Amino acid sequence: MTASKLMTMHDAVARHIPSGAMVLLGAQMEQMIPFAAGQEIIRQGRRELTLVGPISDILFDQMIGAGCASKVFAAWVGNVSAGIAYCLRRAVEQGIPRRVDVTDYSNFTMALALHSAALGVPFLPTYSTLGSDLLKKNGNLREFISPVNEDKLVAVRALRPDVAVLHVQRADAHGNAHIWGSLGVAVDGARAARKVIIVAEEIVAPEVIASDPNRTLVPGFLVAAVVHEPGGAHPSPVQGYYGRDHAFFAEYHEQSRKLEDFEKWLERWVVRAAGRREYLKELGAGRLDSLAVREHALSAPADFGY
Amino acid sequence: MATANSESQIAARGYTAGEIMVATAAREIADGELVFVGMRLPMLAFLVAKRTHAPRAVGLYENGLVRETPAPQLLYTMADPPNLRGATQCGQMLEVMAFLQQGRVQLGFLGAAEVDRFGNLNSTWGDRHGEMQRLPGSGGACDIACLAQRTVVLLAHERARFRERVGHITSPGNGRGNGWRATQGLPLRSGPSALITTLGVLRFGSDGEAFLASVHPGVGVEDVLANTGWTLRVADKLEETRPPSSDELAAMRALDAHHFWTK
Repeated sequence: MTASKLMTMHDAVARHIPSGAMVLLGAQMEQMIPFAAGQEIIRQGRRELTLVGPISDILFDQMIGAGCASKVFAAWVGNVSAGIAYCLRRAVEQGIPRRVDVTDYSNFTMALALHSAALGVPFLPTYSTLGSDLLKKNGNLREFISPVNEDKLVAVRALRPDVAVLHVQRADAHGNAHIWGSLGVAVDGARAARKVIIVAEEIVAPEVIASDPNRTLVPGFLVAAVVHEPGGAHPSPVQGYYGRDHAFFAEYHEQSRKLEDFEKWLERWVVRAAGRREYLKELGAGRLDSLAVREHALSAPADFGY
Repeated sequence: MATANSESQIAARGYTAGEIMVATAAREIADGELVFVGMRLPMLAFLVAKRTHAPRAVGLYENGLVRETPAPQLLYTMADPPNLRGATQCGQMLEVMAFLQQGRVQLGFLGAAEVDRFGNLNSTWGDRHGEMQRLPGSGGACDIACLAQRTVVLLAHERARFRERVGHITSPGNGRGNGWRATQGLPLRSGPSALITTLGVLRFGSDGEAFLASVHPGVGVEDVLANTGWTLRVADKLEETRPPSSDELAAMRALDAHHFWTK
């Protein structure tokens, strides 16, 4: 029996995410975005991070606005249901609060970069991005001629994040994690990274994980820390636990348009909320109730008997 | 809430600009096709196609989803919980992108901030009166533009968006025309098929350049030309876009009754 890796979000970030690290966040696309982890990174004042993720919805925008990042490797940085990311624009166009360098990927090339690291090879080939300015400007995409059939191809260099933070539905104390629904690049992201931090809605016994091993998408031996943080993905959804808070994204869009309003937003939701519990209290019970699952839909059990 | 704008459009014509775009996009989907759906208007176009002429079309979403039935509720993002419930498969991004690269995906939908006369798309760097604006970027658009058999682009027809040449090619169309895609090494099966706008439909000649193929009812050719930043060619037999049918409108309004996406 290995020792429990359970710890608080504060300790997981303090121990495993130093300034200068390359951090993968938002691997499951618009679901299960680890907002609680990102906001703890902001509170602990990390600097010079390289943020990695296909899309990040508004999490990367907040971290950029708080001055945590100097580089972003992403396919899309914005507010998925509302549009533009204002903190990204201020950082890239005006250096406010500090200059951020964006390396543009497409979703597929981001997935291939992580898959390449997950396979332990230096690159993987693709036909995607040929003819695009992504290929011209991203130094991690290089055109080459296929050694087997003379086709033009793009070599996508492996990306190995120092840490991947994944929000999941349930995990045991060793980090064996069940994820279902929107997977995105979570499986490759966990294997590509040097360490994984699992943030779980529920901590369950190892027997629960082993009862449905096809659903174990992250084996615990990859995991450095397990954080029990219910509600930690709000305002993004967690299938089977809570819905997407569409209004919160629209409100953020308005409240991040001007720098002084964003600073107020950050003060209210990140600085003054010492942790996720305080954040959820600020959000209010009524709003949380409005996001609760209205109609549960359990899958048919799979029989692992013999 | 329905906006005053969408209400006045419906009073005048019976449908909004967004609704005729959705109906037109839906007709680009043939029955049985594998379609990279995307968000906003294409998400509704997939629903309309499924409910009308293409019941066997299958939808793919970049987060890894395969859906044989459209989602039962209006979606704000492709990973909204109603899009996962009842999905045929919740897989990984790499798997649906692999279908695209294999050439199995007949049709992919795209949006963009800007397009040019050869159908190249820019969603990375905007240019507003000479000032560069950082836009969100490709997402999966570049992949779809490179790898789908056909791509259909939906965007508002405004002069600032329809440029002689885009400043940044996020998603390649026909480059500079005349076989450009082949010289880049892009798969021969792939390329832009239609640009569906708020004013009409553009298609592409064998030289790779866009031409005006149809105008929406009530729109004059001069309106289209005035809102296009290059000298747009017009088809010899210019058509009028068929307005949305009552079945098509019923299907999209069942989800987007308040015109959140179909303004």
